[in-house]
Amino acid sequence: MANIIGGITTSHIPAIANAMANGLEETPYWKPFFDGYPPVRDWLNEKKPDVIILFYNDHGLEFFIDKKPTFAIGVADEYHNADEGWGIPTIPPVTGESELSWHIANSLVEDGFDMTICQEMKVDHGLTVPLNLMWPGYNYGHVKVIPVCINCEQHPMPQPKRTFVLGQAIGRAVASFEEDLNVVVFGTGGMSHQLDGERAGIINRKFDIECLDKLVTDPEDLTKYSNLDLVEIAGAQGVELNMLLAMRGTLIGQVKELHRNYHAPISNTGSGLMLLEHTMPEK
Amino acid sequence: MATNETREFPGTYLFDSKMAKKGYGLNKMCYSFNNQEARDEFNADPDAYCDKFNLSDAQKVAIKEKDIIAMLREGGSIYYLAKYAGLLKLNMQDIGALQTGMSVDEFKDMLVKNGRGDV
Repeated sequence: MANIIGGITTSHIPAIANAMANGLEETPYWKPFFDGYPPVRDWLNEKKPDVIILFYNDHGLEFFIDKKPTFAIGVADEYHNADEGWGIPTIPPVTGESELSWHIANSLVEDGFDMTICQEMKVDHGLTVPLNLMWPGYNYGHVKVIPVCINCEQHPMPQPKRTFVLGQAIGRAVASFEEDLNVVVFGTGGMSHQLDGERAGIINRKFDIECLDKLVTDPEDLTKYSNLDLVEIAGAQGVELNMLLAMRGTLIGQVKELHRNYHAPISNTGSGLMLLEHTMPEK
Repeated sequence: MATNETREFPGTYLFDSKMAKKGYGLNKMCYSFNNQEARDEFNADPDAYCDKFNLSDAQKVAIKEKDIIAMLREGGSIYYLAKYAGLLKLNMQDIGALQTGMSVDEFKDMLVKNGRGDV
């Protein structure tokens, strides 16, 4: 049986890729951020998950607003990054996992989540930055990734209560997959930030930390917020909390916090790294 | 929450259905900047490139004057505008400074203060 062994929250901003490409990890600005990662990398290297389910949002690489999926899932054997507008060097492909992806897609539609199912999809920094953070030097080719993309760019967006139950449905789908696979789920993005308008620059440290606490102990309480509430409290892009909530939704058994590092600011955002161990009750 | 609920957030330009329609051409142009050939074509003749995407006069002025707030008002989405910013070699702190009327250092200081939870 496939088994979700843990969940991870992490930032995915492009500035991280630039910092890593330029070797800035030990500089005073970046050190408090990067110092959080070794325990999570060690855990991943010890547990050696077969599959990563990765919640992210596409910032305008694969999807434009001509056709904008609310929820999309990749079912391909391989994914590619591409130029996102600033000419960054294209990075190695991401390995996919077609069988479990299709199983999840089938199960989700059956369960009332009408996914856009993608056999080809370019993956942007939202997906690649977290992988490179966990396996630096772009050494993520050995792990199979299932991308799940949530619309965080154009209103109407799925509400927190909806992304949380999407996560729960994915958790059930994984638990019903016959093959023995160890799965870790990444919820990427956030936390509080606003890029646009005269209100740009908002970071709400108190709220971010409260969200991390609640993600461990009482995630359903966070589903009381609407996306507009999140805009007000955590900035226009604070809605990226949806990816963290979706991740937490997949953890339908027992959860234990193993590691956390909150740091702000990195670029314009609050960054919340957290590692949750997940165990299902014995049948 | 009511369907079609809208709220005003001062200094925030929610990218909703109205903006998605109003800004379609502007955002489509910015989305095209994912390709180097498109960036080269824009740089060679910005006006002609804007016309290719049927930008309104207000949108063309905003692009020409690098006026981010005006682009937002005219339906630009920050995610696509970020690609125009990339073409201009501006990062998110530069963009933040332009929008808030601060210097880049002042904007960065504000981020640090907000990140510490001072405000």
